[in-house]
Amino acid sequence: MAHSNPLLEHRDDEGAKIGMWIFIFTEILLFGGLFLVYAVFRNQYSEDFHTAAFELNAFVGTLNTVILLCSSATVAMSITAVLKKDRKTAMILLGITLVLALVFMVNKYFEWSHKIHEGIYPGSELMADLERGELLFFSLYYFMTGLHALHILIGMTILTVILFKVRNGSVNDDKIVLLENGGLYWHLVDLIWIFLFPLLYLIT
Amino acid sequence: MDDKNKKHITSYQTYGIVLVGLLILTFISVGVTWIELGPLTVTVALLVASVKVFIVLTYFMHLKYDSLFIKLMVAGIFILFAVIIVITFLDYWFR
Repeated sequence: MAHSNPLLEHRDDEGAKIGMWIFIFTEILLFGGLFLVYAVFRNQYSEDFHTAAFELNAFVGTLNTVILLCSSATVAMSITAVLKKDRKTAMILLGITLVLALVFMVNKYFEWSHKIHEGIYPGSELMADLERGELLFFSLYYFMTGLHALHILIGMTILTVILFKVRNGSVNDDKIVLLENGGLYWHLVDLIWIFLFPLLYLIT
Repeated sequence: MDDKNKKHITSYQTYGIVLVGLLILTFISVGVTWIELGPLTVTVALLVASVKVFIVLTYFMHLKYDSLFIKLMVAGIFILFAVIIVITFLDYWFR
């Protein structure tokens, strides 16, 4: 592999990392705003939120939590593998992460289609007849898990690109900041889910 | 290659232990919902979630070995968010 002259190459790994963190802060505040809306409405309609949250399948929620936590661990481990110059293990670990992410999305698909089949979806006649608080809960449920699922899809795309870059060697033990930042994004998706899960599925 | 700024390598075992810890906390928070705690349920759930987030930030997101600058920025954003929540609720309760 041809190494360019490090003196001629502009590179600032610490800066790249700080930039990624600043982006993550905007994401935290984006979801933070939604959590704030949730908190205020929950405070105003606690009875309705209680009833509505009971409708969600806690088992699927728990399963998806386990899947995301495992996928976070495999991304973190892939960094270890790259630093140990073990490209093959790194690729396997990133592959496992992508498979877990796919399983998460499949679960989400079945969960949503089940709810939609029951007639609970934004704009449905059944939703319009619900108590105001229940309506708000399900709207927030769809919006927050939907926005989160969008992040999963983006994360999967980023990790796929990184997987190929590990394969062709442009991400290696010396140039690893892309993998680290991709990992940070994936952990962010995990962080958000850690709060979404109890607030939507468990607090009944 | 010069070794003076060699990166910290976290072992597979460490990540494995962290994962097991996170899974145990998940099952605790699920288990707690079976017990009738009334209004405490929310508190417990959020407390467990906060512990989990702290662990993810420290180990998975590697903050433990990052520069003080990044650590302070991350702490700052969570403090900012906490302040936003408190101010919003003060507004709702005492308006």
